[in-house]
Amino acid sequence: MPDPQAIGLAPASVSTGAGAIASGPRKRKHRYSILTRRDKVVLFLMVGIPTALTIIFIWLPTLASILLSFTNYQGIGGITAANIVGLKNYQFLATGYVLFWPAVAHNLMWLLFFVFIASPIGIFFAVLLDREIRGSRFYQNIFYFPVVLSLAVVGFIWELQYAPDGFIDSALGLTSQNNAIDWLGNPSLNIWAVLVAASWRHVGYIMVLYLAGLKSVDPTLREAAAIDGASEFQSFVRVIFPVMAPINIVIVVVTVIESLRAFDLAFIINQGTNGLELLSTLITNNSISEASLIGFGSSIAVVLLVISLVPIVLYLSRVMGSASE
Amino acid sequence: MANQDTTRRETLSMTGLRSVSRRDVLKGMAVVAGAAAVPTILAACSSGATTAPASVAPPASVVPPASVAPASAAGVTGTVTVGSNHSDASEVKGMTAINAAFIAANPGVTVTMNPVDHNTFQNQIGAYLQGTPEDDFTWFSGYRMRFFASKGLTTAIDDVWAKVSSNFTGAFATAVTADDGKVYGIPVDYYPWAVFYRKSVFSDKGYTIPATWADFKTLCTKMQTDGLIPITFGDKDGWPAMGTFDILDLRLNGYDFHTQLLTGKQKWTDAKVTTVFQKWAEIMPFHDKTYAGLTWEKACDTLIQKKSGMFMFGLFLTGEFSSTGTPADLADLDFFPFPAMGTQYDAENALDAPIDIWMVSAKSPTLQADLDAAKAYMEFWSKGSTQLLMFQNQPGFIPTANDADSSSYDPLTKKAVQIVSQAKKITQFLDRDSRPDFAGANGMQAFLQKFLANPTQDTTALQAEIQAYWEALPPATV
Repeated sequence: MPDPQAIGLAPASVSTGAGAIASGPRKRKHRYSILTRRDKVVLFLMVGIPTALTIIFIWLPTLASILLSFTNYQGIGGITAANIVGLKNYQFLATGYVLFWPAVAHNLMWLLFFVFIASPIGIFFAVLLDREIRGSRFYQNIFYFPVVLSLAVVGFIWELQYAPDGFIDSALGLTSQNNAIDWLGNPSLNIWAVLVAASWRHVGYIMVLYLAGLKSVDPTLREAAAIDGASEFQSFVRVIFPVMAPINIVIVVVTVIESLRAFDLAFIINQGTNGLELLSTLITNNSISEASLIGFGSSIAVVLLVISLVPIVLYLSRVMGSASE
Repeated sequence: MANQDTTRRETLSMTGLRSVSRRDVLKGMAVVAGAAAVPTILAACSSGATTAPASVAPPASVVPPASVAPASAAGVTGTVTVGSNHSDASEVKGMTAINAAFIAANPGVTVTMNPVDHNTFQNQIGAYLQGTPEDDFTWFSGYRMRFFASKGLTTAIDDVWAKVSSNFTGAFATAVTADDGKVYGIPVDYYPWAVFYRKSVFSDKGYTIPATWADFKTLCTKMQTDGLIPITFGDKDGWPAMGTFDILDLRLNGYDFHTQLLTGKQKWTDAKVTTVFQKWAEIMPFHDKTYAGLTWEKACDTLIQKKSGMFMFGLFLTGEFSSTGTPADLADLDFFPFPAMGTQYDAENALDAPIDIWMVSAKSPTLQADLDAAKAYMEFWSKGSTQLLMFQNQPGFIPTANDADSSSYDPLTKKAVQIVSQAKKITQFLDRDSRPDFAGANGMQAFLQKFLANPTQDTTALQAEIQAYWEALPPATV
């Protein structure tokens, strides 16, 4: 655990000794400080402004969402006692709302697909490109290109590919009414179609991150491994991968964040309906649309927050844990 | 919402040149709008529109041209700000023409228009009306109008209605009256939902208009063997399926049950709803298989290309037909009312014919100063001559005013007017007759998509889910 004094920020004004603290509010006693008034102002601003911004733009809205999730507020007028419904929103989510569990499942599928398929492919590409193969720059650019595109454009591109008269069905020779595959319309297929589109972009992102990490690995490590008789595969698994630990954590964090905030593609394709429900689209459709079910939408937002807290806590505990060692 | 970004707005400004009372102008409006003044105004607008073709490109908002020739007459002065959901190119042209005509009738008045993409406008309406809305805005009649009226977010316009009510039939009066008995809107256009087809396809293949459910299914089978998609359908946006649900429920269970169901007075678990789903399942095999990934525009394209036979849709699909560049396509379009289902409710001839309205907001920061101009704008919209300016650009919007000159209507519009006038009961559309939170993308639209994905399923569980969703919604205020 970190030293409590180290995180307490108390040193902003270091007192002369325990006596000053013990004597409490007695103001007469002169305090000596190694910090000048100017230092204190600067410190106050440097700590105060980010803290204020965090509180105003992150903590207060979060708290407001949590409070709103116990109401049936619809965004018109003030909130009265009659609006408070307790846990009813959560109860309905868990037991009555048919779109909730599919949305949770889709978010999990997104996460697993990214963790086990898209990110490893990105890492694989990075490893290949790191071998200075011919045209390496060219491939880098090609794979990174989708990352530069806005998701709106990505959605549009893939809509054209997946349309019943689009490229994929035409390439497969499925153009007639009866056997065309409705990639984006079929509610049991479209989530996979969207995952492929999302991965198309995610792979490039991971590839660039990992490639940057690989470039910074000390080449002598590989040489040493090679001299010791390690195969290419062994030297990656036993030497390079462990050395890359900091980057690996970044990759995991990026992947988890990208999966939890998945929204754009599903929303562009069909507003996140008909098989493409995600927690994020449920929030939007329920609270920001004409429906304006702000209380109900907030309860879904709180669920997403709780889910997001799991990887955040794991990550922070790891980072903080290693910092205190 | 309602930002002050002037690039999104169209400002039409005029200063008074001649002093004439507002009454005189209103009396003379038919002449002004109908005769010599119009061609020049329209010319000014259309030239502006062609010089700014980019105005159509961004879907989020449309920047119409701001060019209007000065005219000489006088009426109210001041400014009226206008929030418009008319974002299609043809509708923007219509709005521009109407604003120009309004200014021509009221020199000294300024019209500032904020055109917003249709769906965006709809999704943000709640925040919009509570924030800084424009003085006047486009909206829908039915539950959706009453909802915001009951929340005090719109202004009653009984005084305007008193002047113009003689220009509307009783059905329209009902459609703009809220639960407090006050009038909150001016009905400006409507469009029926029916089964559309191409006359040439029917005559080439020797098809006849099906009068009964059995005929309808026989026709579908025949089309299938002829290699056509019998019924084209595009439900990617979620709401088009509601049109089919509405008409089946109206035919099978009648207007009273349908409206009670949509307002929570009947239960979705009712066996009558099961019947609707069963009948729907009978014709689902005749629908376009790829409906779930298609927008209605894409679905309509197969009708245009003669790959499909019929399309259950609203009259505004004429927009797709007129955009082909071949006028013969639009001339070839026809429709018939949904076939009879053999129940006592067939005689109601009920159909969906949504009415679009203009309303006055309540929270507009400029409303107090602009109230006269805002109401004059509403009054202006109640004229047939005004509504025709929109109709000429978007023939899917039939004018509501009695004094609208129907001699310029094409046969299709005349027929549309006819089937609406023959209907004993008129509904708005599922999402206009029910709570917006119920009818949304993750509400009823999703439930209908769940049904369509497996139409032959036992719908008991689905119906229970719909009812549970209705009951979980916050208490209704209307």
